[in-house]
Amino acid sequence: MTPLLKVENISKFYGRRIGCKDVNFDLYPGEVMGIVGESGSGKSTLLNCLAGHLNPEIGEVLFEMRDGAMRDTVTMSEPERRMLSRTDWAFVHQHARDGLRMNVSAGGNVGERLMAVGARHYGNIRENAIDWLGRVEISDTRVDDRPSQFSGGMQQRLQIARNLVTGPRLVFMDEPTGGLDVSVQARLLDLVRGLVREMGLSAIIVTHDLAVVRLLADRLMVMKDGHVVETGLTDQVLDDPQHAYTQLLVSSVLQV
Amino acid sequence: MIEIKNLSKTFTLHNQGGVIIPVMQGAELTVAPGKCVALTGASGAGKSTLMRMIYGNYLSAGGSILVGGVDVVTAEPREIMALRREVLGYVSQFLRVVPRVPTLDVVADPLLAVGVDSDTARDRARDLLARLNIPERLWSLSPTSFSGGEQQRVNIARGFAHTYPAMLLDEPTASLDAVNRETVLSLIEEAKAGGAAIIGIFHDEAARDRVCDREIDVSVYTPNVTKGAA
Amino acid sequence: MSDYNFAYLDEQTKRMIRRAILKGLAIPGYQVPFASREMPMPYGWGTGGVQVSAATLTPADTLKVIDQGADDTTNAVSIRKFFEKTAGVATTEETGAASIIQTRHRIPEEDLREDQILVYQVPIPEPLRFLEPSEIETRKMHSLEEYGLMHVKLYEDIAKHGAIATSYAYPVKVEGRYVMDPSPIPKFDNPKMEMAAIQLFGAGREQRIYALPPYCKVVSLDFEDFPFEASKADHACDMCGATDSYLDEVIMDDSGGRMFVCSDTDYCTGRRQAGHIGAQAAAASAALEETAV
Repeated sequence: MTPLLKVENISKFYGRRIGCKDVNFDLYPGEVMGIVGESGSGKSTLLNCLAGHLNPEIGEVLFEMRDGAMRDTVTMSEPERRMLSRTDWAFVHQHARDGLRMNVSAGGNVGERLMAVGARHYGNIRENAIDWLGRVEISDTRVDDRPSQFSGGMQQRLQIARNLVTGPRLVFMDEPTGGLDVSVQARLLDLVRGLVREMGLSAIIVTHDLAVVRLLADRLMVMKDGHVVETGLTDQVLDDPQHAYTQLLVSSVLQV
Repeated sequence: MIEIKNLSKTFTLHNQGGVIIPVMQGAELTVAPGKCVALTGASGAGKSTLMRMIYGNYLSAGGSILVGGVDVVTAEPREIMALRREVLGYVSQFLRVVPRVPTLDVVADPLLAVGVDSDTARDRARDLLARLNIPERLWSLSPTSFSGGEQQRVNIARGFAHTYPAMLLDEPTASLDAVNRETVLSLIEEAKAGGAAIIGIFHDEAARDRVCDREIDVSVYTPNVTKGAA
Repeated sequence: MSDYNFAYLDEQTKRMIRRAILKGLAIPGYQVPFASREMPMPYGWGTGGVQVSAATLTPADTLKVIDQGADDTTNAVSIRKFFEKTAGVATTEETGAASIIQTRHRIPEEDLREDQILVYQVPIPEPLRFLEPSEIETRKMHSLEEYGLMHVKLYEDIAKHGAIATSYAYPVKVEGRYVMDPSPIPKFDNPKMEMAAIQLFGAGREQRIYALPPYCKVVSLDFEDFPFEASKADHACDMCGATDSYLDEVIMDDSGGRMFVCSDTDYCTGRRQAGHIGAQAAAASAALEETAV
């Protein structure tokens, strides 16, 4: 098996300040990797470098294209990268309103990616949108409502539907459960987990919530001050942390 | 099937003055297919630690753990994930599941993960839940709200859903009533008959005597606790 | 001749605008930025169209100005007078007699010729603005041909109204490349945009010029199962009886009386002079004859 994503020596600086430095990893098809660390640890910077939202100063992000060739997405042309982000990639924002068009109906939000890649049959687009709303547990009676009329959890589920409708192969998630009630979080996690397995998705999830990664991620990467301090199997890193910072992080979690 | 050589383990407590605790040294263990080995030793001797190391949950300091040809000590996370999916089962004492998932799906999950079709997987799950006397009306509910005993039985059903060639059992019969204990023991015997190599921790001596072919006292591999440079 | 430079603008400015126009013609549908000048009229009254007309006019031209198809509304009359005074050019209300026609919200019914230029007044040139407020983003979308959003707008229409309810400023794709706002003309006029004359679009406040060279391919966006329809009121003109022209609905009294008349006044007049007569005009002249007797 060959990796879907090969990250090599990614470094990003903000002036003299380190965003993230010397990050290396391979992500294989179907793998879910969590990136944890406190605010300012560089995890969101890294995610944005990987997803093409930020340009790293050093390093390569090699992605396996549909023809099997590995292409560096850092140096690829912008149209190509934007095409990837509409087709093979998905990005789930922490705040649903950053990832949704709030003045467009739920159906239009889900349909946009289809129309962006050339779908021109209204009936099919709508049917597809309703199907996806169902898969994220939003009733088809809400298809013409705007996201502003949805609860936070529903908005987040709509964002996921909007992202997954084109059958991406790699999903980036930035604190996908941040700001949601615990009960709503559980439902969302269950949903994401099911979709990941069903669609064979690879995913990179940035979060500071260790419970989220324990449930969703196969592997874990712990970041501090822009550096990766520990990597490994998720339950191993959480149950037998090796680095001082990870031990502190794990022991700081309140037990329920 | 399972071959452990010169295995060692230390814990370094960075946030408590860098104390280094060696907990295992020179552990050796081999389990052939169809055999069951019991880990014994006083509480704290490292039985659970060893099990967790074999499962890849704890990182070993040295040595090797070959399970079906894969060395857990040096394997990549995805290799361990594949090993856990296909080869190495683990029945822990606690059920850890995603909230909201129905019991039937929790039990069928390991089968779905190895590509068994949904109907076959659910049939197998129903069969196991029935054998372990989980009332059918509970199957569509999430086990998170079940009693401790029910959760444990769901956990066992899940652990035995897929026929793993190697299994780790942590107190599988603890706090079960006689009927369910009997079911679990027969599940273990069936697994052995199917060629599974099993390592278990049993406080229940009668159970241990019945299913285990050998006992290993883990405390012989436990070094004296020494203080690191604090 | 007046004391103004010919057609009000100085020669440098006209040259600058002509360069923008030529660039626009070279890249059909592309919005060319230009340094829009203050004109002696408020924004929204056609400052963009006026600057394009000023840069296009020559002393030999004959100018026609229409507002919603009519030659005799305030906006049309003011602009016509403006150029009579500042350029001293001949003006006309006859479509066929004009060499340059400045228009707000309509295309004349009569087919235009290769020796004519149609100048549109444009309020908001950016068709993507409805859904994407960022100019940086919309420019990028144009350059990368990312036009999915345009169909989102049409999707919303159908979802809400059961049909594409956009009836004016209906987006078009030009020569298979740029998506363009045809200015707020009724969608009835969209098919006419594939014409023999040059079409120039000026947006004064937004400082953009774009253009369609003659016989340019202009396709109205739609869905396979909701194809584009050039709709109009299902009626004949009550004055001239035309069934093929775009109609205005005119309320006649407080009791619901109304009539449909051609929005293109020159077209209607021409037909009536040629002897065509609509339902209400016929009834009125019959009534008049009766009183005369």
